[in-house]
Amino acid sequence: MKKEQYLLGQQAKYRRGQIDRRQFITSAIAAGLAVPAALGLASSVEAATPTRGGLFKIGRRHGSTTDSLDPATYENGYMQNLAYSYGNHLTEVGADGKLRGELAESYESSDAQTWVFNLRKGVEFHNGKTLDADDVIATFNHHMGEDSKSAAKGLLSAVTSIKADGPNRVVFELSAPNADFPFIVSDYHIVILPASGGQIDPTAGIGTGGYIIENHEPGVRTLMKRNPNYWKENAAYFDEIEKLALLDVTARQNAIMNGDVHAIDGVDPKTVALMGRVPTLDILEAAGTLHYTFPMRLDVAPFDNYDLRMALKYSIKRQELVDKILLGHGALGNDHPISTSNQFHAGGLAQREFDAEKAAYHYKKSGHSGAIQLSASDAAFSGAVDAAQLIAASAAEAGIQIEVVREPSDGYWSNVWNKKGWCACYWGGRPTEDWMFSSAYTDDTEWNDTAWKGTDAANKFNGLVKAARAELDNDKRATMYAECQQLIHDDGGTICPMFANHIMAVSKNVAHGEIAGNWELDGNKCNERWWMA
Amino acid sequence: MHPIVKTVFQRLGLGVVTLFIVSLIIFAAIELLPGDFGQAVLGQAATEETVAAFRRELGLDQPAVWRYVDWIAGVAQGDLGTSFSGRASSGVDRSRPVIDLIAPRLENTLFLAGLTAVVAVPLALFLGISAALYRNSIYDRTVNALTLTTISFPEFFVAYVLILCLTSLWPIFPSLSNISADTEFAERVYRSAMPALTLTLVIVAHMMRMTRAAIINLLASPYIQMARLTGASQREVILKHALPNAWAPIATVIAFNLAYLVVGVVVVEVVFVYPGVGQLMVDAVSSRDIPVVQGCALIFAATYIVLNLVADIVGIVTNPKLLHPK
Repeated sequence: MKKEQYLLGQQAKYRRGQIDRRQFITSAIAAGLAVPAALGLASSVEAATPTRGGLFKIGRRHGSTTDSLDPATYENGYMQNLAYSYGNHLTEVGADGKLRGELAESYESSDAQTWVFNLRKGVEFHNGKTLDADDVIATFNHHMGEDSKSAAKGLLSAVTSIKADGPNRVVFELSAPNADFPFIVSDYHIVILPASGGQIDPTAGIGTGGYIIENHEPGVRTLMKRNPNYWKENAAYFDEIEKLALLDVTARQNAIMNGDVHAIDGVDPKTVALMGRVPTLDILEAAGTLHYTFPMRLDVAPFDNYDLRMALKYSIKRQELVDKILLGHGALGNDHPISTSNQFHAGGLAQREFDAEKAAYHYKKSGHSGAIQLSASDAAFSGAVDAAQLIAASAAEAGIQIEVVREPSDGYWSNVWNKKGWCACYWGGRPTEDWMFSSAYTDDTEWNDTAWKGTDAANKFNGLVKAARAELDNDKRATMYAECQQLIHDDGGTICPMFANHIMAVSKNVAHGEIAGNWELDGNKCNERWWMA
Repeated sequence: MHPIVKTVFQRLGLGVVTLFIVSLIIFAAIELLPGDFGQAVLGQAATEETVAAFRRELGLDQPAVWRYVDWIAGVAQGDLGTSFSGRASSGVDRSRPVIDLIAPRLENTLFLAGLTAVVAVPLALFLGISAALYRNSIYDRTVNALTLTTISFPEFFVAYVLILCLTSLWPIFPSLSNISADTEFAERVYRSAMPALTLTLVIVAHMMRMTRAAIINLLASPYIQMARLTGASQREVILKHALPNAWAPIATVIAFNLAYLVVGVVVVEVVFVYPGVGQLMVDAVSSRDIPVVQGCALIFAATYIVLNLVADIVGIVTNPKLLHPK
């Protein structure tokens, strides 16, 4: 035990450059390692030590000619990754899933209603301007204005005022306490841009980030070069980045197998085993918050009946869905939207299993008869129609008849989702419990796709979410959020059978540390976190 | 006025009328699409108010007839309108004119079509004429079998087979046709080689077989027999006597295939990630960027009309009977 600790300590010293290679190998041999093992250990430490330089080429499954540089309009992984490259946010989610300050050196609040962010000093934008409180205020105003169509507008609706307190302090006043507010400002839309005359230029593409945009062709490619004045010390190792929109999965997989790019996202689960055999590649998987759901609307009969909802929840073979739809690249869901990568996942909640007897019991109690329609389309997620067929088959075992209605992909989100009684859906997941709940489960959101309101459990849930938002004590919040998950799991209208993994392929020429799971490609920050091996 | 010039003007006039009818069809078809730009852009996140705000801003709340008149009046003055996308959310409007979106993509598409045509048309003519020359020989049968094989496979399959052979097993060409406006000409040709090769394999059979059939059809004519009786060799008979009369059908089929190269290669563009106009149009349809869809459709229609016009003129010029009608 002591030997391992000593070696780990020496490795850390070598990585930081406190001892040289000779000293490291000597110490490893002295600790009892054979010479080849000591040499191997030295090389592995070197591989993990970031080096500067190189052109990093990355192929994304997103990207559209309609993509604008305006952060208010970002809606796909391509633009999110771009935002993280050319700009920074007040806070960021680290590779370990924990929140830390980015452009804000620190942040504090005594009552969760007034939040103070202390800005980092001496940070420069690409145009030479030094970051100050005015930039932050103008950026937030861009997303909060009355006519703003920003995707972050709803997130910031609780902000009543933003004031500068000196050049390096910004004070946010909220209409109600929110302990998760520092998480909210890490949202990728709210990239801090330079202000001039109290206004930002949203489409100029100038930020404080590690890379400067050289050329951006929407839906085709983006070229970036390293920002020589980047304020982060151990980040942005590549000299240049070339980002390509490779929408076709075969083209994308070909590109990385032929060495035309170094990293891709969205590897097809059907071929991932074959891709894994390519000697120049590594397959990376990260458990994320993306989950597939089948929301039942409580305002549409027969889903207003608690027993019918229970019957359907018991008639789903979750493991079968993970095995057949995700081909094993995912995790079981437990009929609530909080994944194991969230902070307050309710681990104590028993996993719901397929149970034909309980399903039949609840179905009989509900008094319903006849076929139940389930609307599905692959617009919801790839394999949604197959998943609906599997659900119909397993429900038939419990004597429940489900009729799968195949809906057109076009217009699915406007005509089917949030309208039809029961349909297939996906949620990208949110970094915090409050964010997820207030996006799709509380009674005041328009995306409450289960129309879950008015029942005793729903009322209790809404009260709990509000109370937990104002609570700064993490232990108390854990208890409250566990109860919230229990309430959705039992009374709620959603069936959440599975969480999907992010599957990526990365060339062996590129090295990286621990991979974040909040978004694909290391939280979409691979450009500044990875390096050439 | 020379009869040819007259015909050209007549055809051009008819082309404009056709284009007008096509514009009506395009507009009506787009009206039938479900959803709109606001809903498509906001997706799952669309609320009634934001969608309504988008509709007002884009003028989508106006009646369809009025929007059509507005659009067609612009087109008549050479203005294809402004793309819906790229609108900043706070006052600053940076949306781009449709023409700025389409022009660089169309240039790429025309480059690829040109590159393919430069290879495919001479190749098809050569194969077609030589196959007619050595009709029913092993050569003729081999050429027929090979070209029919390549045309029978779907484009993407041909593309993947080529990728397997020419980029994976024997890496000669890149699998991504990653070109941009400042790519040098030689580099551009090199990077476009794979899609051009794929398209060549897809279109050669049609043109080659039409050439062969047109010539063989003529070989049964009495005037060819007369030419043979004068002692002309098979080669002379075909090149001097048969071919000039076969130009009309050959020109028609070449025009048809060139038009296809401009308007119908989106599958090949996707496989090789070639930034052409087909991909742009598909993107625009899925995001309901109506002005761009309309612009692309109109340009495609115009391409067909112009190329067919050229084929007709070639047919008339090479046929004295049509050139001097009674």
